[in-house]
Amino acid sequence: MSVSALQTVLEVGQSVVEHRPWPRVVVTVETWNALIEGLSGGALTMLGLWGEMGMAHLALREDSSESIVVASLPCPDGRFPSVGRLHPPAQRLERTMADLVGLQAIGAPDHRPWLDHGRWPVRHPLGAATTPIGILPPYRFLPAEGESLHQIPVGPVHAGIIEPGHFRFTANGETVVRLEQRLGYVHKGIESLLNGATIDQAARVVGRVSGDSTAAYALAFARAVEAATETVIPDRAHWLRALMAELERLANHCGDMGAICNDAAFALMLAHCAVLRERILRASAACFGHRLIMDCIIPGGVSADLPADGVKTIQALVAEIRRDFPPLVDLYDNTASMQDRTVNTGFVRPALIKQFGCGGIIGRAGGRTFDARRQPGYPPYAQLQFATALLTDSDVNARIWLRIREVEQSLSLIDQILQRLPTGPVRVELNSPGQITEGMALVEGFRGDILVWLRLNADSTVARCHPRDPSWFQWPLLEAAVENNIVADFPICNKSFNGSYSGHDL
Amino acid sequence: MRSKLLLQNLLRFPLTVPAPAPSEAALAELAAKVNDNAQRRLGRSLSIREVDAGSCNGCELEIHALNNAFYDLERFGFHFVASPRHADVLLVTGPVTANMKQALERTHAATPDPKWVVAVGDCGRDGGVFAGSYACIGGISAVIPVDLHIPGCPPTPMQLLQGLLALLEAQ
Repeated sequence: MSVSALQTVLEVGQSVVEHRPWPRVVVTVETWNALIEGLSGGALTMLGLWGEMGMAHLALREDSSESIVVASLPCPDGRFPSVGRLHPPAQRLERTMADLVGLQAIGAPDHRPWLDHGRWPVRHPLGAATTPIGILPPYRFLPAEGESLHQIPVGPVHAGIIEPGHFRFTANGETVVRLEQRLGYVHKGIESLLNGATIDQAARVVGRVSGDSTAAYALAFARAVEAATETVIPDRAHWLRALMAELERLANHCGDMGAICNDAAFALMLAHCAVLRERILRASAACFGHRLIMDCIIPGGVSADLPADGVKTIQALVAEIRRDFPPLVDLYDNTASMQDRTVNTGFVRPALIKQFGCGGIIGRAGGRTFDARRQPGYPPYAQLQFATALLTDSDVNARIWLRIREVEQSLSLIDQILQRLPTGPVRVELNSPGQITEGMALVEGFRGDILVWLRLNADSTVARCHPRDPSWFQWPLLEAAVENNIVADFPICNKSFNGSYSGHDL
Repeated sequence: MRSKLLLQNLLRFPLTVPAPAPSEAALAELAAKVNDNAQRRLGRSLSIREVDAGSCNGCELEIHALNNAFYDLERFGFHFVASPRHADVLLVTGPVTANMKQALERTHAATPDPKWVVAVGDCGRDGGVFAGSYACIGGISAVIPVDLHIPGCPPTPMQLLQGLLALLEAQ
């Protein structure tokens, strides 16, 4: 594979003109295979892999040139060469394509269903939908063989107030030999609900793909719609969106910091972090009318401008956090018994992070600099000063410290936004191109990069929309992270990842 | 560091908000279902088991907030437990995905009588924005009997508190 793999694709393939802002190219099987080699060789990073009837789509990023492209392979017979055969991060996505669309990945190493648990009244809901015949065979977990091994099944209903999923541990005494995840319990059929929806309806649904990231999802969806319809939104809307996104990041990082420490029975930290989180949510409710900032970012801008005292409210919040957060950081830093639980726990090999294109906290705590706010970037971040926080230890401790750094970073970003907030309107009417258009967006949520791809009909209803959660490339790494850790450290490893079940299961 | 933090908080006024009045709507819904037997057995202390039956995680975040210093749910005698076998109340969220239906039924069956089921959120009431999907049953009451609905997307901690207090009041 040559260096300019993506260039080759662009020259050989047939470009789809209505796809924005990055090119989408219809490719041949030869090019598709070359791209797979680029992925397995490490020159390319996979951003997404999804399907529709008769077509497989692969979103890619070339790290050297920072260019992004979507390669689409027509597969009229419902079969395409497996990406997962050479590039494991694609495996769960291919199993999902088989479940939802009925596309078969030829040569794939794992043909077990993933989201389809045999409970739906329909098979292949996004493809040629049929009624299921018979019942699915019991799910086969991967074997772990050896003397003195035992299995611990956990979930889908967990002990805490968290989302459902199943974890199958194979342990040797206290040590985890293998963890295998079984997800899909909260599959809500979101992509099917989006088919044919109006933009307003779709925005509300995409804003609920993962409730903790509602602002980031709404932002990604809005940006994809605006790219497709070539709508230019007012400056002030960009800045208010960034303000909301940073408040969401701040609230989640504060909450996670407490929750991780609580899993090591350090309840004091949870109590204090929960107070910070609550203050952020209250300020959000005062400024945007919703504690979690749901339905506030809409295609065309934002739903409402800040109230008259909005800037003051958020400035007071920032001052409070600046006062109350550093003592908590000191507390973490000076509690040796806490660090005994986090240092060297849940280590993820940086090579694995790179291979999976794992973003967010987990990526940046393991040496991968990628941050969608910076690259590909979107307004107003190019006008704001922020250094990407980066660590290389790749353990639970590093993921805590990265959250600490990003809390500080978000506070600084909010400061800058409030100081330089442009005046003017906060929303515009969307353009109606009157023809089929396609758009894509990549947005940095608190968990990592969220991708939204969509195609709009001529009447501006949604023809197809695919939201891809960062968790797709993070959950598999949790399986690697807990290997050789003790079972009792699983909760703290899991919390340090904080993968989304709902965002993943769709 | 730790002792300084603890001391500061001892000297400060508590953050906890005063108890809200129980929700009128919730009281009305519960009025018909009050059972003397349940009151005698449960008293004023209720153990809650939370079950996510397909939620987007928004409701879970706000249910979590009930435990923070502002709402301090435990002062009313409520506390969250890890097993349905220890629970008096099932607090259920989500549009009940087909993939979670059996787990919800089993959790309900594992909860000893007398028990209450509280459906949280717009999804828990009728499926919310996910109503009509092939993958959702839609509404908790389509799967297990529900005693109280607390609507909202997601309901605020205050709304959750009002609903739960009605549960105590109705007894």
